[in-house]
Amino acid sequence: MDIVKLTLTKVPELYLEAENITPDHFAGKTAQQIGELHVHLGNTTAKISDYFTVEGKGGATAADTKIIISGPTDKVKYIGMKMTAGEIEVQGNTDMYTAAWMAGGKIHVKGNVDSFCAIGMTGGEFIVDGNAKNYLAASYRGDWRGMQGGKVIVKGNAGSDTATFMNGGTIDIGGNVDVHLGTHAEGGKIIVRGNAKGRVGGQMVKGDIFVLGQVERMMPTYILKGEEEVELDGKKQMFHVWIGDMGERHGKRKGEIIYGKIYVPSGKAEAAAPAARAERKKKLTDKQLEQVKEAFKGQEPTVQQVRTYIYDTFDIDMKPMQVSRLIDGLKR
Amino acid sequence: MSEYIIKNGKVYDPKTGLKGDVADVCIKDGKIADKVSNKAKVIDAKGKTVMAGAVEVHAHVAGPKVNEGRNYRPEDKLFTYKPTGKNTRMSGGFSIPTTFKTGYEYARMGYTTVMEAAMPPLYARHVHEEIKDTPIIDEGAFPVFGNNWFVFEYLKNNEMDNVCAYISWLLKTTKGYAIKIVNPGGSEAWGWGENCTTVNDPVPYFDITPAEIVKGLLTANEKMGLPHSIHIHSNNLGNPGNYTTTLDTLKIAEGVKPNNKFGREQVLHHTHVQFHSYKGDSWANFESGAKEIADYFNKNKNMTMDLGCVTLDETTTMTADGPFEHHLTSLNHLKWANVDVELETSSGIVPYVYDPNIKVCAIQWAIGLELGLLAKDPMRTFITTDHPNAGPFTRYPRIMKWLMSDKSRQAMLKGFKNSDKVIAATNLASIDRELTLYEIAQMTRAGPAKSLGLYDTFGGLAPGMDADVVVYDLNEDKIKDAEEIEKAFSAADYVFKSGTLVVENGEVINNGNKRTLWVDAKVPMNEQVERDVQMKFLKFYSMNLNNYEVSNHYVPNPYVIEVDSN
Repeated sequence: MDIVKLTLTKVPELYLEAENITPDHFAGKTAQQIGELHVHLGNTTAKISDYFTVEGKGGATAADTKIIISGPTDKVKYIGMKMTAGEIEVQGNTDMYTAAWMAGGKIHVKGNVDSFCAIGMTGGEFIVDGNAKNYLAASYRGDWRGMQGGKVIVKGNAGSDTATFMNGGTIDIGGNVDVHLGTHAEGGKIIVRGNAKGRVGGQMVKGDIFVLGQVERMMPTYILKGEEEVELDGKKQMFHVWIGDMGERHGKRKGEIIYGKIYVPSGKAEAAAPAARAERKKKLTDKQLEQVKEAFKGQEPTVQQVRTYIYDTFDIDMKPMQVSRLIDGLKR
Repeated sequence: MSEYIIKNGKVYDPKTGLKGDVADVCIKDGKIADKVSNKAKVIDAKGKTVMAGAVEVHAHVAGPKVNEGRNYRPEDKLFTYKPTGKNTRMSGGFSIPTTFKTGYEYARMGYTTVMEAAMPPLYARHVHEEIKDTPIIDEGAFPVFGNNWFVFEYLKNNEMDNVCAYISWLLKTTKGYAIKIVNPGGSEAWGWGENCTTVNDPVPYFDITPAEIVKGLLTANEKMGLPHSIHIHSNNLGNPGNYTTTLDTLKIAEGVKPNNKFGREQVLHHTHVQFHSYKGDSWANFESGAKEIADYFNKNKNMTMDLGCVTLDETTTMTADGPFEHHLTSLNHLKWANVDVELETSSGIVPYVYDPNIKVCAIQWAIGLELGLLAKDPMRTFITTDHPNAGPFTRYPRIMKWLMSDKSRQAMLKGFKNSDKVIAATNLASIDRELTLYEIAQMTRAGPAKSLGLYDTFGGLAPGMDADVVVYDLNEDKIKDAEEIEKAFSAADYVFKSGTLVVENGEVINNGNKRTLWVDAKVPMNEQVERDVQMKFLKFYSMNLNNYEVSNHYVPNPYVIEVDSN
């Protein structure tokens, strides 16, 4: 396998759109030819060599080509877009649309990635050592064909709207996910090893979601079906199985209706729903109340100001209505 | 204005009867001329095809539902954008292209006149704003009348004078071109969650049947002598076994004689017939009814049709047939938009993927082509895709290829996953007719122009007609591979629009001088209709009457066709 080493020499002023950085485009090219490929910067077009030093050469085919990217790549978008084979390794962070519409091969990002990564993925492997932001492995805006195959592994956390319109493949998230996991899913398998914030599997027709931590609040359109022994990571475990989304259409197979399924390990499922309610009851202590009163002395603070202050100072996420009452109380 | 002479081309022109004869075409002052001075710019068309600019009779290219399609399908635009060029603006989209792309792509294919097929009168201003923003091509729009409360009430009371006065008023108010009827009665019934699937299903509340609506509007159209006939999308679109409904609708026009001063010979135009020619009683035994429909058309010479060919692409269906779109979204489970247009019509949008691996889609593809091949009179059969419903208009060259080459059709038929089933359910495999370029010129130029009552101006190359001329790099005698046909028709060598060279070597070089066609029927407004209009606006419309009219500044370059209705 031939290796191409790209090193970003300067941080681009705007975001660099580098859809040409794929083994498919690099295959059969020399370092100089690779340097000639274009990148976009706003409404201007530049060359790869304007921003990167290029060493090595592409292999005979995409499958024989490995690209190693180093340097401050936080503002580089579209790395590995539509790639079909070969390998990309990124030493740092990348921006949006990394591995978008990926069809094959492997991309390994050692840092964090931004939003819209691996959208519309159909095959291959996408590994992120850090965190991913929103719309990981989702569908393109408006499209009903999200992730259809391949594997996405994120070792850290993922943002909201992960796996929207998922149709196939596997997503494995080591940490927590934000709201709207697997919305509209119609197949595929999602494993979240931490907690899921809420609205898990909304409008899901088919597919499996494993949440090994807690689901902060289960959707009201899901029904707890019972306990089941399911194999995960090569060992059998007991899970509480929730089926839904009951508000959606569901197909039939062999006379049996197919539902989307959410698996929560036994022992945690019972805690799932009440946990959220418990959090809602969070109150400030008298001491904290005094502190808030002191901070806004002689002012007419808005609800949002007070809420932000409470969140920043005490790490308590209060409902706006609660905050509003609290302000009224303070005035009296 | 500059002069041009197009020399030594093989000219196909039904108007002058040239069937590939080598002839010169002269252009002077925006018109076709007998001769030009020696200063004229010479274009050598030796071994090339010369035709008049093509006329599109039915496409959804402007207006609220097209724009809603653009809004709610960002994925349709993905990877399609072309940046600003020397003479062109940024454009993109596939099944629902931007207005600019619509203009450019039609022009590149040699189309110079296009009819927007369904204009909801309430949103006529939006339609005209988009028409104004579509460069190069001349356009007109058909307001929809088939579910209109005024029409229902006047027809129910047998007040034909009031129907005519209302139609005339609405054409003038909305700057419309012809009477469009979409799912007569059915779109109104959709407001009650129902539909009219036969011509005898009464509309709730109004208690009028589709047959009465069609008959009434047809009578009014001929009484007024409008340039185009009624333009109908009949009931029960897209359902297996619907060909009987189609025949029932067509029978309403049987024997009626046309009355007009525009040379139009038909009294009814049935649009996208492919969607209305289905046999069988479920999707399992779904089959082609093209033969029955084509036979009927061949026998009845006072009707025209357009095909509505399925092109096997991913596209966006949009129609004023609200109940049909609801039916479609329950079949394919994709996103659905639906609108009730107050007293006038309804509307719906659903994306659709015509997958060649699905039996039904492949049969639909075959039905469209069968109709084109079984219809004996190309002057009454026009090529369309009901853009974007059965496929985008940019696929017309591909349809021409299929119609002109039996080999390319058979290759498609054999390539389908369910090949045997598709062949069994259709007649296409046994039809070996190959259309000639002359017949293509009839189906895309002369025929549509004549049916629209525009054959004195458009669709031909006789001196005095508008100089819409196209040169394609195609020699009918030397076609080795059917792909040449598609390639040549996709990007013309030269396109003249009203004497201005707008396309050269497949690239847009000039944005032309687009016009908006509308019909001024000149039926005097009577007091009752005037009062009814005011009453309805006061009582029911969400809009003020003063904001309803498409005032002149929406139509900066009008081409008004005046009808002397008396």
